[in-house]
Amino acid sequence: MKTETYQSPDQQGYYGDFGGAYIPEMLHRNVAELKAKYLEIMHENSFQEEFQQLLKDYVGRPTPLFFAERLSKEFGASIYLKREDLCHTGAHKINNTIGQILLAIRLGKKRIIAETGAGQHGVATATVCALKGMECIVYMGEKDIERQAPNVARMRMLGAKVIPAISGSKTLKDATNEAIRDWINNPNDTHYIIGSVVGPHPYPDMVARFQSVISKEIRWQLKDKTGFELPTHVVACVGGGSNAAGAFYHFLDELSVQLVAVEAAGHGVYSGMSAATTQLGKPGILHGSKSLLMQTEDGQVVEPHSISAGLDYPGVGPLHANLFTSGRGVFLSATDEEALQAALHVSKTEGIIPALETAHAFAVLGRMNLKPTDRVVLCLSGRGDKDLATYIKELKLVD
Amino acid sequence: MSRLKELFARKNKRVLNVYCTAGFPELNSTISVMQALEANGANIIELGMPYSDPLADGPVIQASGNIALANGMTIKVLFEQLHDLRKTVSVPVILMGYMNPVLQYGFENFCREAAAVGVDGLILPDLPEHEYETEFGAIIKKYGLDFIFLVTPETSDERLRKLDTLSTGFLYAVSSSATTGSDKDFNAVEKYLLRLQEMNLSNPVLVGFGIKDRETFESASKYSNGAIIGTAFIKALEQSKDLALSVKQFLGDIL
Repeated sequence: MKTETYQSPDQQGYYGDFGGAYIPEMLHRNVAELKAKYLEIMHENSFQEEFQQLLKDYVGRPTPLFFAERLSKEFGASIYLKREDLCHTGAHKINNTIGQILLAIRLGKKRIIAETGAGQHGVATATVCALKGMECIVYMGEKDIERQAPNVARMRMLGAKVIPAISGSKTLKDATNEAIRDWINNPNDTHYIIGSVVGPHPYPDMVARFQSVISKEIRWQLKDKTGFELPTHVVACVGGGSNAAGAFYHFLDELSVQLVAVEAAGHGVYSGMSAATTQLGKPGILHGSKSLLMQTEDGQVVEPHSISAGLDYPGVGPLHANLFTSGRGVFLSATDEEALQAALHVSKTEGIIPALETAHAFAVLGRMNLKPTDRVVLCLSGRGDKDLATYIKELKLVD
Repeated sequence: MSRLKELFARKNKRVLNVYCTAGFPELNSTISVMQALEANGANIIELGMPYSDPLADGPVIQASGNIALANGMTIKVLFEQLHDLRKTVSVPVILMGYMNPVLQYGFENFCREAAAVGVDGLILPDLPEHEYETEFGAIIKKYGLDFIFLVTPETSDERLRKLDTLSTGFLYAVSSSATTGSDKDFNAVEKYLLRLQEMNLSNPVLVGFGIKDRETFESASKYSNGAIIGTAFIKALEQSKDLALSVKQFLGDIL
C-alpha cells in the first residue's frame, strides 16, 4: 500500500499498484481534460446544488436503510439493507449517470456514449440524457441485446440509439471497446459515461465519488437507528464494483469496518465458467487501467461467466484490486445457484425481490460467522424486475 | 547506427511502412508475408501482435488478430517464428501491440528476445508517457530498441515536443483522431501535417491511419517522410488466394 488512504488514488490515478491511464494518444486530450476539471466542477456550488436536487427529487434519495428483522433473526446479527433498489430506474447506477451528465454539460459536450452489459447502466444513461435533452448512444454486445430485450426496449423508448457491438465475444467488454472507439473517432463533442469504477484515471475516482452518496447516507442513517455511525460489516456484490465502491467509500479508512466484496463464481470459482476476478485474475491492463484481470497465460482477456450480466466482467475496478491485495477488503464469491436460492429466500423472508447481482451479496451472509452484536449493512444495489425471466426459468416459477 | 536511423539517413521521402498481423492469414505465413513485403518495396515492416481487445485498431485489423489468435499465435510462438528473421529480412522491423500480453510475457524478457531476434523497435499505443518515463523506457533502451510514440491533430505543440524528445526511430502521426481504417477528410490532414513539418521535429514523421492507395500515400508523403498502410493491406490479404502475388499487386498499386 503506497497511498495513505484507500479512498483516493494518487496524482497518476494509482490505488497502490493499480489504476493509471493506459490509453492511446487519441484519447489523451479528452482524458486529460476530464482529469484537469472533474474535481473543480464537482466542487462548484451550482453543480452540487443541481446534483443534490436531482438526487432528491428525481432519483428519490435518500434511499431507506431498512432493518431486516427476519434475516437478522436467522443470521444472528442486526442486518440493515441499503435500499438502492428503490432508486429511479431500479438500481444505484443512476447516482453516477446524474453526476456525469451534469459534468458533461459543464464540459460543453453535446453527445453522450455509454457501454452496457445487462442494460441497467444503459437505461440509467438513456434516462439522464432524456432528462437533459442530450443525444445518447449506447453500445451493447450483440449477445446481450438478445438476452436483455426489455432493457433494449426501455433505452429505445427513452430515445437512445442502441448499437450492437459485434467484435470479439460480443458482450460487455466488447461494448466497452466499441464505446472507447467511438470516443476516439469523436474527440470533440462527446462525453463517455462509464458505468463502473473502471477505465482510465480519473474514471474510477469520479464514479466512486458519485456513488459515495450511498455510504454517506448509511453513516447518518445508522447513527439515527442505532446510535452507532459505523457498522461492523458492509457487504456488496462486485462486478466492476460501482455499488461496492459507493457502499464502502466513507468506511474505507475506518479500519474497524470489515468490507465484504462478493464476486460471481458462476458454476464454481475453478469451473472455467466464473467471473471471480480477484480469485482468478492476475495483474493486467484492460480498458485503460491496471487491475486484476482474468486472462490466459498469453495475456489474452478471458470471457467470464455469471448468470448475472452485471457481474459478468473479466476485470474489477483498481480501488477493489487494491482492497484485495492489501487485505483491507474480504473477497468472497457466490455461485449462480447460491445466488438464485438467496434471491428466492430474501423474496420470501423480507418481501423484496433483489436483482441477481445483489443476490450474490445475500448468498454469503450465512458464511460470515456473525455475532449478535454485529451491525451488518448490505447494499441492496438493484431490484429484481429485470431478472424475472431468469428467475422464472431457473426457479421454475411458472408451471 | 540503428536500422531505422540508417534507413532515414538514406531515404527521407516516401518511406513506406506496411503493417501486417503476425500469424495472419495463416499461423506460419508471418515470415513469408514479410519477405514478400521487402521484395516488393516496403521500407519498414510493422508486425502486429494480436490481442483480444485492441482499442486503437479498427474492426478489420481486430478481425485479423482474432484469426491469428485462433490460428494459435502467441508472443512465444512469434519469437520462434522470428528466430531466423535476419537471415532473410533486412528492412527494419517494428513490433506493434498492446501492453497486457507484453506484461504477461514479462516486459524485460520481451525486450531482450525482441532485440535478440533482430527486431528494431516497438509501438505500444497503450503505454502512456508517464509509465514510459518512470518504468518501461529504461528497459526498452537497455536492449537498444527504438520506441515510437503516436501523435494526433489534438496533441498540443508542447506535448508534441515532449513526445518527439521521448521517441526514437520516428513519430507516428495519426492522420485524424480515428481508429485505424477510418475515412476522414484529407484536407484537414494536410493542414496538420504542415503544422508538424513547420515544427522541425527531431524525429522523422510517418503518417498512419487512412492511407489506402497511391493517392493517399502520395499526399501523406508530400508533407512527411512517408506513410504507414495497415487496414488496406490486411483487406488485400483477407481475399488472397496467393499471398506472394497479392503482396506484389498491392505494393505495385501503391509505389
